[in-house]
Amino acid sequence: MNWTWFHRLASPPYVYGLAARLTPWFAWPAALCIIAGLWGGLVLAPPDYQQGDGFRILYVHAPSAWMSLMVYMSMATAAAVGLIWRIKVAHAVAASCAPIGASFTFAALVTGALWGEPMWGTYWEWDPRLTSELVLLFLYLGYMGLRAGIEDTQRADRASAVLAIVGVVNVPIIHYSVTWWNSLHQAPSVMRLAKPAMPLAMLLPLLLMLLGFTLFFVALLLVRLRGEVLARERAASWIREVVSA
Amino acid sequence: MTPRRRRLVLVLGIVAGVSIAGALALSAFRQNVTFFFDPTQVAAGKVPNGERFRLGGMVKEGSLQRAPGSLEVHFVVTDFNRDVTVSYDKVLPDLFREGAGVVAHGRLRTDGTFVADEVLAKHDEKYMPPEVARSLKRRHGDSRADAAVPATAGSTEGAAAAPPGPPARTDKAASAAGS
Repeated sequence: MNWTWFHRLASPPYVYGLAARLTPWFAWPAALCIIAGLWGGLVLAPPDYQQGDGFRILYVHAPSAWMSLMVYMSMATAAAVGLIWRIKVAHAVAASCAPIGASFTFAALVTGALWGEPMWGTYWEWDPRLTSELVLLFLYLGYMGLRAGIEDTQRADRASAVLAIVGVVNVPIIHYSVTWWNSLHQAPSVMRLAKPAMPLAMLLPLLLMLLGFTLFFVALLLVRLRGEVLARERAASWIREVVSA
Repeated sequence: MTPRRRRLVLVLGIVAGVSIAGALALSAFRQNVTFFFDPTQVAAGKVPNGERFRLGGMVKEGSLQRAPGSLEVHFVVTDFNRDVTVSYDKVLPDLFREGAGVVAHGRLRTDGTFVADEVLAKHDEKYMPPEVARSLKRRHGDSRADAAVPATAGSTEGAAAAPPGPPARTDKAASAAGS
């Protein structure tokens, strides 16, 4: 098998160009999925028998929460690849993931709080699920802070990669918190072994939103990655060629 | 061993070590992580004596009593094994239903009544349109396979048990669906 395409992914100029070419292929489908998912979820889906129309915040809350975990796993994987194979581009990917993941985590926490007030009767409780998700936000912020605090890029890469890898332990804790312990947060409706606990008319928009958010994440990541590569390679000669071209 | 392999082993070692440490810490803190105690734990005396704690379970069908002329309510929280009577004098959350999950924060009085100063409704993971909930209720036996779990079994019936509970949201939702 020919691995040159794979090895080229470690080359900053190649990745810089590739990211630019790929971005629209993720951004437009993301926009379509999110518009269709929002239309399906906010307009077409029937109201819930208990929560009425209030349940519709699910269409933003659940995809944000899933993305907060998925982005973290992407970030930690990229960081591990960067650490083991000493690939700078992988560290750049990890560094680009962090603010996106932090934003999804923040969105999940805020929409959850807005949902919790009318449904549970409280914005915030120190419940295992809520607390572990808050820890995830702090992990993202800690990762970003650690990077920002170390002047030398290579040292920042290695130190922050270790933090990202250590933080992986929180991901299964978040996912299983509602089954391991008594929790105020309900059990998963979709990400479970049994059939999803909602009808197709409610489920389909949710899956569209999840797909849309995933594509949106990739599009954002590609844009951020270009910026990150530019900043890291600012002294390199290929940048001058790109800029003058 | 090449340096690359050494780093791979190091990373896997970090992940394994942190996972083991995390698992040990969490199993040691098991009691403290518990968000609420169920009535069986309360009956077994596992609750810190005289301290505030959270009591969780299902609101027993037909147990909600309102004192006339005040907000004071009494209801029974059950885990289908033991029961605890709860008294509460503030506004109940929207999703509070007989047969649905609830978490109450307060203290146990010496006579065994739990005096709550905060009551939270715990909703389950099921979502369905009101028409479906009504037809399930009409057929009564909730025949869906996943309803066998006691913690969630009562919820569909609880939604429709309107009279003693607060005005159920079902009606509003149903009219919205019909329009």
